[in-house]
Formats: sequence, C-alpha cells, structure tokens
Amino acid sequence: MAQMTMIQAITDAMRTELKNNENVVVFGEDVGQNGGVFRATEGLQSEFGEDRVFDTPLAESGIGGLAIGLGLTGFRPVMEIQFFGFVFEVMDSVVAQAARMRYRSGGVYNSPITIRSPFGGGVKTPELHADNLEGLVAQAPGVKVVIPSTPYDAKGLLISAIRDNDPVVYLEHMKLYRSFRGEVPEEEYTIEIGKADVKREGKDVSIITYGAMVHSSLKAAEELEKEGISAEVVDLRTVSPLDIDTIIASVEKTGRAIVVQEAQKQAGVGATVVAEINDRAILSLEAPVLRVAAPDTVFPFAAAEDVWLPDYKDIVEKAKTVYNF
Amino acid sequence: MSLIEQVEKQFETFQILSEDGKVVNESAMPELSDEELQELMTRMVYTRIWDQRAISLNRQGRLGFYAPVAGQEASMLGSQFALDKEDWILPGYRDIPQIVFHGLPLYQAFLYSRGHFQGGQIPEGVNVLMPQIIIGAQIIQAAGVGVGLKKKGKKNVAITYTGDGGASQGDFYEGLNFAGAYNAQTIFVVQNNRFAISVPVEKQSAAKTIAQKAVAAGIEGIQVDGMDVLAVYSAVKQARERALNGDGPTLIETLTYRYGPHTMAGDDPTRYRTEDLDNEWTKKDPLVRFRTFLEGKGLWSEEQENKVIDQAKEDIKAAIKKADAAPKQKVTDLIGFMFEELPHNLKEQLEEYKAKESK
Repeated sequence: MAQMTMIQAITDAMRTELKNNENVVVFGEDVGQNGGVFRATEGLQSEFGEDRVFDTPLAESGIGGLAIGLGLTGFRPVMEIQFFGFVFEVMDSVVAQAARMRYRSGGVYNSPITIRSPFGGGVKTPELHADNLEGLVAQAPGVKVVIPSTPYDAKGLLISAIRDNDPVVYLEHMKLYRSFRGEVPEEEYTIEIGKADVKREGKDVSIITYGAMVHSSLKAAEELEKEGISAEVVDLRTVSPLDIDTIIASVEKTGRAIVVQEAQKQAGVGATVVAEINDRAILSLEAPVLRVAAPDTVFPFAAAEDVWLPDYKDIVEKAKTVYNF
Repeated sequence: MSLIEQVEKQFETFQILSEDGKVVNESAMPELSDEELQELMTRMVYTRIWDQRAISLNRQGRLGFYAPVAGQEASMLGSQFALDKEDWILPGYRDIPQIVFHGLPLYQAFLYSRGHFQGGQIPEGVNVLMPQIIIGAQIIQAAGVGVGLKKKGKKNVAITYTGDGGASQGDFYEGLNFAGAYNAQTIFVVQNNRFAISVPVEKQSAAKTIAQKAVAAGIEGIQVDGMDVLAVYSAVKQARERALNGDGPTLIETLTYRYGPHTMAGDDPTRYRTEDLDNEWTKKDPLVRFRTFLEGKGLWSEEQENKVIDQAKEDIKAAIKKADAAPKQKVTDLIGFMFEELPHNLKEQLEEYKAKESK
C-alpha cells in the first residue's frame, strides 16, 4: 500500500494499463512532454514513448474523432478533455458517435474509449472550467459516466474504464486532486463500474451523493452524529448507470434520504436518483426525498463560489428537514 | 496578381477525358487494363440503374431514406476503384455505392435505407463504416483511422467523403488539420455537386475552390473533374501512393452534379436549380463521355451495356426480396446492441420487453 493523492492514483492507473496493453494510447492537449496541466500524465511519455502518449492540436472535436478512428483500428484510446466545460466542442463525438457505435453497427464495431476530464468547483478557476455537466452525458444511451471521490476508487475505476469495451466518461473533480492522500495498492485492481460504495454506515437517513460532495456529506454526517442523527453516506461512484440495489437497500434501511450534488438543481443526476427511489421504495419512505444542489444559475464567477456551491451545512440542514418531517 | 489569385492558380481542374470522350491529358492516363476499364463502366452503368430503381422503390414505399447519386458515378466509383480491399471507407449518407462495391451486400444497403439494424452489420473483412448522417463527423474519424493505420504499420489508407456544404463544418477543417499534423494515411474527398440541398456552393464560402482549403491544413489539395472517371481514379491512386509513402493526406475536390433531388424526402430541385444549369451538366454525364471513350477503343457495345442493365435489375430484385425476408426488429434486439455487457437499467428493461414480446 502507498499513500497517494487522487491525481497520483489516476497516473498510476494509466501507467498500469499502458504497461498491460500495448493498444492503450493516451492523448490530449498538453498531456505529452508537459505531463498534463494537472500532472495527471506526468512521466508517461518518457516511460512509454511518443507513440503511446502524445499531444494533439487544440481541438476537442478532432480529439474525439481521433479516438473513434483509433478505436476502429484496434487501439484503446484514453483521451483527455482539458476541462469538462469544453465538452460542448466534442459532444457529437461522445454522445452521438462513440456512444452509438456498437448499436448502429448492430454489434459489429465498438468504441473502447475512456474520456478523462477534470471538472468541479472550489478552486476558483476561470469561466467554464468547473461546470458540473455530468447530467448531459448521463442522459446519453451508450455511455457510462464514472466520478470517483477517493484515490482508491480513482485507480480501480480508471483501470476498469480503460478495460471496458464501451465508452466511459471518467470525470475527475479538481478539488479532490490533491486535497488529501489515501491508501492505494501498488498492484493492479479493478472496481466494477456501476457499483456504489457505502462510505459511512448509518441508520436514520441516507445521503446519496458523488464527487466532492461525498466529502461534504461525510463532514455533515459527523455534525449530524453530534445531534444524535445517524447518517449513511452512499457514494454513487458511477452516475450512469446507477447502482439501484445499493441505493434502495440503504433507503429501505433508513427510511429517509437526501440526494446531494454540486450541480445545479436542474442538472446533475439527483432528479433521476429521486425518481428511482420513488419508483422502488416509496413504502419505506417516512419523508419525501429532498435534494441538495446548486442554484439554477450559470456556474458562479470565481469570487462567488463560496456562497454558491453547496456545502456540508446545506447537507446538515436538509438532512434535519427530512429527519424531522 | 493578388495573393488569392495566386492561390487559386494552384488548383486548376485536373481532367483526362473531355466531355466528348477524348483524351486531353495523355501523360496523366492511369494504367488500367481493358478489363479494368470495362469494369469501371460496368459499375457506373449498374449504379445508374440502381439509382433509378431506388428512386422508384422509394416512391412505392419499399425503400426509406434515399439520397440519389445519378451524376456522381465517376466521382464515387472512380475513387473507390483506386482502393485496396483492406482500405477503410468512411462514407457520408450519399456514399452507398462506394461501400457496396467495397463489399457491403446490396440487400444490406436496402435495409439501411429502411432503417433496420442488419443494414449496419458490416460483414467481417469489409472495412467500411455505416453511412454518416452528421455532416463532418466522418472527416475527423477518418483522420483517426488514418493515424491508426499508420501506427499499426498497415499499407492501407482511410478514405472519406463529404459534399460541398460539408466543407463549411468545423469538423471538416479539424479532420484535415489533424491528419496533416500526424501525417495520417487519409484521403479526403469533397464531392462538390454545387448544391447543399438548396444552397449553392457560392453561398458556402468566398473561396473559389474547395481544394484550396487544403492549404489551411498544410496538406496536398487537388481539384478534379468529377464527371471524368479516369481523372478521379488517377487522383485517388496518386493520393493513396503519397499517403503510403509517408507524404501525408490529400484533399480531393471532385466537381460533379446530382441529377436528382437532394433526398427523396420531398426535396424539389426545380425550386433552386435552373433548367439551363441542369442541361449544362447533363452534357457532362460521366457515363456518356466514358462510353464514347470505350467505344472508340472497341471496348464497349450496346449489347454489353444492356447485359449490365439486366444484371443490375435482377440483382436489385433479389436484394429487395432478401431485405423483405429480414426479421422484424424487436426492442430486445436493440437493447442487445447497446453494450458488451448490459448495465442494470437495460437488464431490467430487457426482461420487461422479453415478457412483452412473448405475449
């Protein structure tokens, strides 16, 4: 076991797969010699060569087309979109092309592509760097969407994503890149895509969440504990498809739930989680399932992040509302 | 001379056969055997008949989406004829003839037209993608395939097609530029038939040729008489050799025309095209000029042509029959093609539809 930050775990996962499979190629803007704007690909080009890890021209759509073409010729592309706010440039390649490749060819072709991209607020980035756009891709049939919150999850899920024979959007929250270290095995391991993880057991209220909000929820759970409320924190880890079994098992146990996301209330996947709970566990519910989410405005100007982003206090408040319903 | 004039001068139309079937560029004549020349004519005649039949079958409701190709036979078939069996084709929605002559069975092309998954199930060893509906997407993907072939050390190219309107897309430029930056084994063909639905090419760009757009990517560009099958063949053949020599991708603009409407979905070309323009291009018919050329060499007769026509009609009849026999699609089929391993939601829906379908 080693102590790693999430970004180190991500690099380690890519190194593992570059070593394991000669068809794995890593590319994007500044991912080569520079090692990526966040150092996620640090050292990979010097270790594996320019043929395996390389820079691209500055054009997200072209990067998507390159990945699809390489996928058709036997490669296993790991492409990077420098910030997920730039996904609009490559939406067609991701949701209208790669996501549909297997279907539109009746199973003849596939797109074994991993799309890595940083996102997330709290680090005062300029415009369109931090937007939470997972809801857009989660709506696209044919693509899976993974969002890790710990170094351990990050490595196991990225290895799984790269090995998946269908496209996976793998979103890395910028605030979690280096904010803490965690135990990460040095050897290879995988975590199944589509499986949630109970990060804290509890019996009074389920907090269902993902990304940076996992940590805010864990902090909220500590605060709630002081007031005698036992919160269970479910980290979705994959936001499409959802791990219905884990979500429902938790709700059936606690009888109360809130769904917590950093995205605006009209975005993200919170509404889908609520709908699934309503469909499947309404008889277990002692209270409605409420949501913690950002206001439905454009992502805030950097200096307004603190008042805009949901935080642990919002979660505590909402959990109490549900608890006292 | 202005800079623009100087640039345009570099992109004069490449032609081998004149409109009356005479060789006007002897030194550029491609090396083709008599049989190969006859095969080219056979394919063009076959495709013209297929186009006529497809339009009629569409009107009878026996085909669905169809984008007519009459007029573009030289551009489509001359270019495909220059390829190796293992080369990749990334077609646009109009480019069905190329993928059929590359190995996609005709009945599958008809199933594609009707909207059936079997239309997309490309047989193994046939390196073509399904027709691309998103104009420009095939261009960036072809750059990727061309990079992949180069990385794998394959002696093959990727060829892709778009129209004159498509050259205005961002993906068109990005694809050319990526291919240039990576020295990809890719050939880009723009079939300039002068109209993107109703919009004339003059409204797409102030550039006098589309071929010169290659300059923006730093790659080779050539404008070809797209009604001249020998010129198209020769241009693609050379582009292919250049790519395999490591000399990079090429943009080929073929000047061509579609005699029919944009698609069979209610487009009426008389709303935006004049009779004079139609007549002008009818004189350039690729079949007429190549037929004259071959007859002059004693390689083509009315009898041969009629044989091709009969064969085409027979094949089309058989293909439609085979398409009719394809099983009706079920939701469970569609679910099955989504992923290698079905995620939870689809597993659940598969059971739901299985139950529904067994009722």
